[in-house]
Amino acid sequence: MTATLLPATDLRSFLRGLPGVDKVGVEARAAALGTRSVKTTAKAAAIDLAIRMVDLTTLEGADTAGKVRALSAKAMRPDPADPTCPSVAAICVYPAMVPVAAEVLSGSGVHLASVATAFPSGQAPLDVKLADTRDAVAAGADEIDMVISRGSFLSGRYDEVFDEIVAVQQAAGPAHLKVILETGELGTYDNVRRASWLAMLAGADFIKTSTGKVPVAATLPVTLVMLEAVRDFRARTGRQVGVKPAGGIRTTKDAIKYLVLINETVGDDWLHPDWFRFGASSLLNDLLMQRTKLTTGHYAGPDYFTLD
Amino acid sequence: MFAYAPAPESRSIVDLAPSYGLFIDGRFTDAHDSFKTVNPASEEVLAEVAAAGPEDVDRAVAAARRAFEPWSALPGAERAKYLFRIARIIQERARELAVLESLDNGKPIKESRDVDLPLVAAHFFYYAGWADKLAYAGFGADPRPLGVAAQVIPWNFPLLMLAWKIAPALAAGNTVVLKPAETTPLSALFFADICRQADLPPGVVNIITGAGDTGRLLVEHPDVNKVAFTGSTEVGRAIARSVAGTGKRVTLELGGKAANIVFDDAAIDQAVEGIVNGIFFNQGHVCCAGSRLLVQESAYDQVLDSLKRRMATLRVGDPLDKNTDIGAINSAAQLARIRELSEIGAAEGAERWSPPCELPAQGFWFAPTIFTGVTQAHRIAREEIFGPVLSVLTFRTPDEAVEKANNTPYGLSAGIWSEKGSLILAVADKLRAGVVWANTFNKFDPTSPFGGYKESGYGREGGRHGLEAYLA
Repeated sequence: MTATLLPATDLRSFLRGLPGVDKVGVEARAAALGTRSVKTTAKAAAIDLAIRMVDLTTLEGADTAGKVRALSAKAMRPDPADPTCPSVAAICVYPAMVPVAAEVLSGSGVHLASVATAFPSGQAPLDVKLADTRDAVAAGADEIDMVISRGSFLSGRYDEVFDEIVAVQQAAGPAHLKVILETGELGTYDNVRRASWLAMLAGADFIKTSTGKVPVAATLPVTLVMLEAVRDFRARTGRQVGVKPAGGIRTTKDAIKYLVLINETVGDDWLHPDWFRFGASSLLNDLLMQRTKLTTGHYAGPDYFTLD
Repeated sequence: MFAYAPAPESRSIVDLAPSYGLFIDGRFTDAHDSFKTVNPASEEVLAEVAAAGPEDVDRAVAAARRAFEPWSALPGAERAKYLFRIARIIQERARELAVLESLDNGKPIKESRDVDLPLVAAHFFYYAGWADKLAYAGFGADPRPLGVAAQVIPWNFPLLMLAWKIAPALAAGNTVVLKPAETTPLSALFFADICRQADLPPGVVNIITGAGDTGRLLVEHPDVNKVAFTGSTEVGRAIARSVAGTGKRVTLELGGKAANIVFDDAAIDQAVEGIVNGIFFNQGHVCCAGSRLLVQESAYDQVLDSLKRRMATLRVGDPLDKNTDIGAINSAAQLARIRELSEIGAAEGAERWSPPCELPAQGFWFAPTIFTGVTQAHRIAREEIFGPVLSVLTFRTPDEAVEKANNTPYGLSAGIWSEKGSLILAVADKLRAGVVWANTFNKFDPTSPFGGYKESGYGREGGRHGLEAYLA
């Protein structure tokens, strides 16, 4: 892939040669798309699609087997009262919790994602990161959410970041690789675009905004820049890469704004859980509440929806 | 794509009367003649509107003359109170006015709601602030108002153009007689009601409706001191001739054929947004529209591919649907002109392209269109089309871009897209256009002066500069 697109030594000049992103313009465009009005039948379809795109996530120091079992059960049947409610795309946990989740999810069709590579900081030696990845896959994860080394990226050592992604991808074997750019630490939209291309060139199956562990997580304009990147990357290489905004997406209204963004930027091909995910936890219950509201005509209180 | 279900804004918020008279001396009065105003999206008649004849124009000017002395004698702070009050009422009635504007004009509700109405209120707030500070505006220690202002406005931004005209005139102490365009008279008549609601003294604002004849009677009236016109260059010329030698002050804001210049180092995705906004905003019924796209040849394919892809997502249809991007063409006459010039473009050898797009059967509609292979010698590169039609030209160097951009009888606005600040400043310096936008387009603000070079008119509206047109 990379070899056909460019010699590795030119990585730096290639990334620097990408068209810039105008901050004011991209934020205005994202805000304008945020005013789309999605109602009635369109809203119902959007909610079901959003549920199917959720990577139901728990990434806490306090996670236990009990918590992860409950989360896994919820992922398979988000609304026990309504069998027509689809299951979510995946659950996302720390590597230590992968065996627990694997047991519950086995055969359900719900994917099992594990963060890896010294999540969330990425500040660990490479062999530790690779071992982290191999262990998670061996325990049953079929998706790996790795973090890039922002330190290397921000100091301009793009080759290091590139090589690390390639190594993690090899360690992950058959598992799908999502590369977390931690856009809240990259500082500019130009960097978001460069990091997106860097990750895709190195073989990412998905590019993901954030760990959810720094103050600025997913935003509409950042996701817009990443969607433009996957669109342009496919036009150039023929390979389609998925996008996953994560962190801070809590309401149905927010989720629908992201779907509108996909709809009017990259279109149909990305409107599928194989190509777009929401990394979220509390979002699911809001989607369920809105879904129930649309089907029954009234809001039910939070006690009518299961705890994660 | 997932389809958005219809999301129409309710029109029940607008209470339309079957007919409207002339607003003279604080009251609605009848006239001998009338005409109908229609919804351009459906051709449905919205209301019957009075057509002012010579006696009506006399009455309106006389009312404004009577009101002038007491109004101009008020302390500025007192005049400001009325303007602030009007601004607040506009904000309170913003939704009603936005729906009304979309009904009568055909523009999408998202634009009347998010662009027109906020700017209208902002304009009144801004000039309200000037009313008690005229001595510090840079026009002498004791600047005086001119008297009665005759104001004739176009149909593309009915209420916003009214605000551009009335707010500075009143702040400076003038009284006005304003004539809205014959295809979009309703928002001005609702504004008359707002003047009553704000207890504005009778005669300070008079609204007379009618066609071109009414406008001519108004600007040629011997007792007006100031003429302000926004509209076509042709009519602007006639006005300039008619007021020559009369001592009336004139400002004209006329046509344009703006160049939107995209350099190869631009942020392409945002430049494409700017191109779309530049020409398809308000159906291209914008005097400062970026109707000539100048693309550097080295970025041509990339820009055109992106532009076409983006145009395919534009949603044309019901102006009251909150998801509509492009509404109806304002009138049958304007639609005919757009069609005629587009046919000439194709006949002259330019290549015409529109995205697949279904147009409603009723009403006046035109699909967003681009012409490629256009040269300076094509009529579609020289004449103002005033519709959703973009002419695409190319250039090789910054000098060539400047030459082509300036090679037009107009000079209202221009746009530059580049990530290189020094290039933007160097090019902006050489463009003969009243407004030059860098990495944005169609950005308006009441604090910023607006106006043209050459056949785009003279005088400035907006900002401190906009006061000069109403002070002596």
